[in-house]
Amino acid sequence: MNGLDRRDLGTPSVPSAPMVELEIDGRQVTAPAGTSILRAAAEQGLMIPKLCATEHLQAFGSCRLCLVEIEGRRGYPASCTTPVEAGMKVRTQSEALHELRRNVMELYISDHPLDCLTCAANGACELQTMAGVVGLREVRYGDGQPAHIANHYQHPRRDASNPYFQFDPGKCIVCSRCVRSCEEQQGSFAISIAGRGFDAKVNAGQNETFLASECVSCGACVAACPTAALVEKTVLEAGQPSGSIDTTCAYCGVGCMLQVQTQGERVVRVRPAKEGRANEGHACVKGRFAWGYATHAERITRPMLRERITEPWREVSWDEAIARVAGEFKRIQQTHGRSAIGAIVSSRCTNEEDYLVQKLVRAAFGNNNVDNCARVCHSPTGYGLKQTLGESAGTQAFASVAKADLILLIGANPSEAHPVFASRLKRRLRDGAALIVIDPRAIELVAAPHVKAKHHLQLRPGTNVAVLNAMAHVIVTEGLVDEAFVAARCEAESFAAWRDFVTRAENSPERQEAASGVPASEVRAAARAYALAPNAAIYYGLGVTEHAQGSTAVIAIANLAMAAGKLGREGVGVNPLRGQNNVQGSCDMGSFPHELPGYRHVSDAATRASFESAWGVAIDAEPGLRIPNMFDAALDGSFKGLYCQGEDPAQSEPNTRHVKEALAAMECVVVQDLFLSETAKFAHVFLPGATFLEKDGTFTNAERRISRVRRVMAPRAGLADWEVTQALAQALGYPMHYRHPSEILDEIARLTPTFAGVSYAKLDALGSLQWPCNAAAPQGTPTMHVDAFVRGKGRFLLTHYLPTAEKVTRRFPLLLTTGRVLSQYNVGAQTRRTANTVFYATDVLEIHPHDAEERGITEGDRVQVESRMGSTTLPATVTEKVAPGVVYTTFHFPESGANLITTENSDWATNCPEYKVTAVEVSKRARP
Amino acid sequence: MNLDNLITMANQIGAFFAANPAREQAVADIAAHLRRTWHPRMRREIVACLAVPEGGRLDPLVREALECLAADRANA
Repeated sequence: MNGLDRRDLGTPSVPSAPMVELEIDGRQVTAPAGTSILRAAAEQGLMIPKLCATEHLQAFGSCRLCLVEIEGRRGYPASCTTPVEAGMKVRTQSEALHELRRNVMELYISDHPLDCLTCAANGACELQTMAGVVGLREVRYGDGQPAHIANHYQHPRRDASNPYFQFDPGKCIVCSRCVRSCEEQQGSFAISIAGRGFDAKVNAGQNETFLASECVSCGACVAACPTAALVEKTVLEAGQPSGSIDTTCAYCGVGCMLQVQTQGERVVRVRPAKEGRANEGHACVKGRFAWGYATHAERITRPMLRERITEPWREVSWDEAIARVAGEFKRIQQTHGRSAIGAIVSSRCTNEEDYLVQKLVRAAFGNNNVDNCARVCHSPTGYGLKQTLGESAGTQAFASVAKADLILLIGANPSEAHPVFASRLKRRLRDGAALIVIDPRAIELVAAPHVKAKHHLQLRPGTNVAVLNAMAHVIVTEGLVDEAFVAARCEAESFAAWRDFVTRAENSPERQEAASGVPASEVRAAARAYALAPNAAIYYGLGVTEHAQGSTAVIAIANLAMAAGKLGREGVGVNPLRGQNNVQGSCDMGSFPHELPGYRHVSDAATRASFESAWGVAIDAEPGLRIPNMFDAALDGSFKGLYCQGEDPAQSEPNTRHVKEALAAMECVVVQDLFLSETAKFAHVFLPGATFLEKDGTFTNAERRISRVRRVMAPRAGLADWEVTQALAQALGYPMHYRHPSEILDEIARLTPTFAGVSYAKLDALGSLQWPCNAAAPQGTPTMHVDAFVRGKGRFLLTHYLPTAEKVTRRFPLLLTTGRVLSQYNVGAQTRRTANTVFYATDVLEIHPHDAEERGITEGDRVQVESRMGSTTLPATVTEKVAPGVVYTTFHFPESGANLITTENSDWATNCPEYKVTAVEVSKRARP
Repeated sequence: MNLDNLITMANQIGAFFAANPAREQAVADIAAHLRRTWHPRMRREIVACLAVPEGGRLDPLVREALECLAADRANA
């Protein structure tokens, strides 16, 4: 598929509206009311010349190239800003129009360098194309000293400060597409036009460089630029791409569809695909630019072995490495029992690969010791939503937020962690939806350009359940329950018990204020706003799940949504913002010790029978070990072998010291990864992994959307990850003979009712599918629980607030909470190996000015952060983003050791670690 | 497995279900949660803890649930 030839229709499409009939160049044309003449013509193949117009942005009407004639009207209106009207007669071509357009182009070109042959946009420049379209043959203006040359002396000649793109004002035609894309698509408002006439210039921030400005490097401006004024440095270096392959981003759970544009197997640039339903033509600094890790010099591309972890690595063949793993795993099971080995599935890998690893464990290892990184992020979501609504997944499509009147954002920071969804959310907020933020930090959305939260409930870490119960108390006691919804859709008995529970005085906002620190009046106002909004949607993140009461909080959220009748249609719902690109998929694929694909418990005989019949083995009916159980079992000597695919628990798990001791206690640790990770330091076998650019498959994002991953280049190590797992199964004596990942997906579809209608052919035809996709929903399911909950009646559960066991004391008086930044990704294995380090080169500790002053800490000081688990050292930044008594850091760099200090406290239902609450003391370190 | 951890985890599970005023249901829910999510060896070890002094740390509701698990084994 070559994405380079896609036609831009000039202005955005108009959603379904009354149709209007008009005539364009003698043709009868029908278009939805509100459509521009430019687009209505383009949809008929009548391409009117344009420069400032693009279908990605609202019409602007500045370039004056798309002029048309309309019968009965004076002058030459711009077709991009003139909507179609019934009976209108439009001419797009005439001598007068031709002359006007040529004159306009002549003026543009009179102030543009004529270096086309050596320009980076040569062959892909809209200015160049339009000059050809209007037949420009001479330029009568200019005196050999065009303004763009003069301007070079007034302004910096080129701004190459951003690591990924360059701005050359000399090539700028001031069409404002970059300014508008920054506003409309990204929502950053980081670019403006300064000056007038020949002095007009694109201006980042307050006349700063792009790097120094508030630009977030999403690249929307670069994609919008019709010339080479804003251009990727990779295009400057390599030239224009000649091919394009559609695939899915491998960073966060938004799952953006990307066009990887190439010269052969060389990636030249990545552009977001407008057809991508999750991202609709937008991307972030990671997805668009941070792909250089795929060819980084530190990639390991040969399998390696060593007898002991203290020895150096020895490169070996694939056959020798696989034989070693199989031999060791067999030996361990013969010596220590069938349950002495297990696997961690990668949520970075494809559905097909995840399915294969859990199959390997269940069919070849003969146990259920398989888990994935959801254990440390959204396992409480899986549990809580399954118990209440009946399915372990979010309820909506991302596009649903456009119909929300109010958004309740809890423990999530989408501007940093889910940036493309954040842009969509900001658009809705700019259009008038209200926002309530429940978060210990003043995240960007609390007060962003043209966005301001109506309420910020700045609670103490660990008190989500107290606040959610208090909101429920208000909704029940003030008569705001959607009684009709509850009566029709929910269990009467469980609702009555819940209503009695939340009505208790102990759950009132006034009584919970002491625990949460949130003024009761704010909680009451937020609860009323949520319940009374016609459409109110809840979005939440790890700030909800990574707590000792993570599952309780998810249940409390579902309770709230059911009571308020905010489920089962667009604009509402319960929406977990999932972290890894395919963590939803790896959970769907049965990468859990207690569930087979499709969230069916291993104790369910009928489900087991279907897999046993297909796989030709008996499946253990008992749950296996979770990740923390595996480490505990390693330390007591009963768990000896681990196949760890694409995860780095030695950096990402809490209480790192405990994890490292457990890994060191095992006899055969097998790490399959791109780089020598922290976990690989404890490995006996290293199997080189493949990036998302090197394989075919599918990812499933946070909205249950299954999207294709397509191979762009051959696997660096010769094998895609699914081929390695297959080879390992064969070496263990279990037959696997898939020829292509599509055959694996076909097997998944045969055995998993919610995937029954999914195939590569359908995905290629429709672009993506949201599960459940089966006979009842052949096109997939954008909104879940429409007429009834998956479990039948919605079930309310009681959510008693229990303070975390992690207490502040005189010795540890501050609460540490953790999170992420936009430019880095989780443990940083990929983003640390890109130029994203220019934006964020080290983890830092945020501390409130009051707490900093008490400790004599000033901006940039190195501070020691000590908890009951251990200590680490970080540079401090003094900020009011955190409340007094709360400190915050990220965990992107192994040297910062953030997880040396986090505790082993975990969620009661799922063992998801309580990363978000650690009692610490912070002290200034003496300078060396 | 570390017995202290197992007891803490079991008591956490008990604390969630203790919100249910119907005691018998709470006990049954705790037992069901342990059956559905804990590895058999973890269940064996926590049940064995009923007979040792460390078991004194167990919440009474959890003790009752563990007795249900013990009965499972006896009936198996």
